[in-house]
Amino acid sequence: MNLSRKPSDIEKHREGTIIRTDDSSVKMEVEIDEVRTEVDYKKSPVYIYYDWCAKCGICVAFCPTGVLGKKPDGSPYVKNPEKCTHCETCDRLCPNFAITGAKDK
Amino acid sequence: MQKIPQKIIHNKYLRHRKKFPHVWCPGCSNGIVLGAVIRAVAELEWKRSDITMVSGIGCSSRMPVYVDFNTLHTLHGRAIAFATGVKLFKPELKVIVVTGDGDATAIGGNHFIHAARRNIDLTVILLNNYIYGMTGGQYSPTTPIGDRTTTTPYGNIDPAFDICELALGAGAAFVARTTAYHATEAQTFIKKALVHKGFSLVEIICACPIIYGRMNKKGDAPAMMKSMKENILSIKAYEKLTEEQKEGKIKRGIFREVIKPEYTEEYDKLVKSLQASIGEVDNDRT
Repeated sequence: MNLSRKPSDIEKHREGTIIRTDDSSVKMEVEIDEVRTEVDYKKSPVYIYYDWCAKCGICVAFCPTGVLGKKPDGSPYVKNPEKCTHCETCDRLCPNFAITGAKDK
Repeated sequence: MQKIPQKIIHNKYLRHRKKFPHVWCPGCSNGIVLGAVIRAVAELEWKRSDITMVSGIGCSSRMPVYVDFNTLHTLHGRAIAFATGVKLFKPELKVIVVTGDGDATAIGGNHFIHAARRNIDLTVILLNNYIYGMTGGQYSPTTPIGDRTTTTPYGNIDPAFDICELALGAGAAFVARTTAYHATEAQTFIKKALVHKGFSLVEIICACPIIYGRMNKKGDAPAMMKSMKENILSIKAYEKLTEEQKEGKIKRGIFREVIKPEYTEEYDKLVKSLQASIGEVDNDRT
């Protein structure tokens, strides 16, 4: 998928996904709690820890309802947030513990 | 199957501050199995201090590094031998052995079959990825005929072990096979194996997309997991197939679940009976 064609779509995706720029896995526990209060976080049904993601593509391939899409670099993003049923298949199939689709994150 | 939130797994069971992200290759199924083990333990609500995870050497055997249980990372192939020692010293501990196909069936083959014969209360989780991944892709006792590895560049000619058949022949009390794709089933089987009294084996077929997959042109991690879904069928679905269709298919499910005399209990009984008989002799003398 070529993301550069539809800039409006990118903005929409960004809204639904929290992209963490810093790579401090040390403060993960604290950061999860901090992120919880943000408005963006509530909008997104799926939360991806980009620090731990290995870009293997398993979550994108096996999401039963097609919530996730692939970025050009191979990492997932929330493509269709409204389709998520919180089945947690991505939780169980992620080898890197880097994604959660739970309601209570 | 109970859903365990990722947050609890991170904060309670993983050594997430020191050891993550882990060193396994992208797409390696070992992480999925680690998740299944943690979910099974979390479902049972066991204390972390009551569990000991023992492993040998190999990709899969790096698993104890990442979990916050009592852990023991031991010699190549000797995981079950060390676990036997742990179990005999403290029979109240729940001992989980995480081992690979080469670790358990080649180098530790004798330990594996004799622990199964002895029926000591261990839970062996055997991650079968058909290759020695960590040492550079040598063929293992479970590599299928015709597959290429670094030591069989023109195709493997050795027939492969069926690990579940081996364990059944050796007399294991609980034998099951599943795959990393069927992660929910893996969680259920591991939970059953953990509560089962006696030697229990769960063979989990894993994808090794970087070494095995690349050498045999099996595609990337999702492609390998899709082929697991198609080729590794439940016992019911497998039995329905004709002989021709069965070629290349593997069955998964619980093959045996029986209660047999358990080794540490028998050992305790023996010690107690001997102590009682010695006591009687002493009483006679006084």
